[in-house]
Amino acid sequence: MEHQTFGGEVTMPHDAPGDDSKKRIWRTTWILSGITIVELALGYLLYGTDFSAGLDIAIKGIIVILSLAKAFYIVSIFMHLGDEIRNLIMTIVVPLALFIWFIIAFLWDGDSWKNLRNEYRPKDPVKYEQKVEPAHGGAHEGGLK
Amino acid sequence: MAQTVAANTKWWSGGKSPFNVEYGKLMMWYFLMSDAFTFGAFLIAYGTVRVSSISWPDPNFVFQSFPFLGNGLPLVFVSLMTFILIVSSVTMVLAVHEGHHGNKKGVVKWMIWTIVGGLAFLSCQAWEWNHLHHEGAWWGRNPFPNADGTVASSNFANFFFTITGFHGFHVFSGVVINIIVTIMAWRGVFERRGHYLMIEKIGLYWHFVDLVWVFVFLFFYLV
Repeated sequence: MEHQTFGGEVTMPHDAPGDDSKKRIWRTTWILSGITIVELALGYLLYGTDFSAGLDIAIKGIIVILSLAKAFYIVSIFMHLGDEIRNLIMTIVVPLALFIWFIIAFLWDGDSWKNLRNEYRPKDPVKYEQKVEPAHGGAHEGGLK
Repeated sequence: MAQTVAANTKWWSGGKSPFNVEYGKLMMWYFLMSDAFTFGAFLIAYGTVRVSSISWPDPNFVFQSFPFLGNGLPLVFVSLMTFILIVSSVTMVLAVHEGHHGNKKGVVKWMIWTIVGGLAFLSCQAWEWNHLHHEGAWWGRNPFPNADGTVASSNFANFFFTITGFHGFHVFSGVVINIIVTIMAWRGVFERRGHYLMIEKIGLYWHFVDLVWVFVFLFFYLV
């Protein structure tokens, strides 16, 4: 093992010399570039064609999944997280799982906000005024005390 | 590829680092995790407001210019920016790789290319911001109409400048730190120290910046 140590820890390579780590870097580069090109192609497809709303969402969903794949390759290969020991990986990945809730909850909230605004009708204006007037008067009387 | 350690190593019985990484590297990971939440919060806030809006400006209409080539070219300029950042991530990984083999010359060479990539990205962003500013977009000002033709609020511009600005600030900090560690590597500081862990740590930060761009690119330009 050609590991150097630092403060009693193994600080050195996940790759022994002469192994395929450089090949892995280049393979990941091509994968990332390839995915980006596919994403751009889908982006142009969306731009150039008028899809139905459902198909539009489906293609955007595919682009999002491709981006997640890119994120996985960057973190796992370029940042070598895949080569760390399992407990370390878990302390990074498990807290990030909060994003699942985070995204669902907030987008849901945004959507509901839009629907509420779209459907909002002021209550029957006449009734509204009638209700308010006496209450207003009451408040006024209260103020005289 | 798991790390090559004895199968039944007792990590937690004392005397060694349970995660088998140096302190600074572990803390860099935790810093990046917290930074991921910051960027995540920005992007999710953007998503929430966008989803709650009846209509939103069309990115293919807003981002359609390329220096010297004019308008009508959606996605082209941002593709260039994306590839610049991917390439600078690759050169960074190669610098870390050379560091593993203690090759000072290789580290310095690839670090310089990484810095060049970072500066190229920042220049592109400066051009884009300048261009959009000339078109009348800034915080609180959005000249671009919604996709359905109605007048848009300034939300789009606010989120765009805040999030790409925050990302650009990260890139800028990364370039500055890259320059510092490159000078240190060139002067042999890490050679004397016996390892190039510092390059690995700044490398993690640099890849993270690339990672964030994947999502900025996705949510502002693609979908």
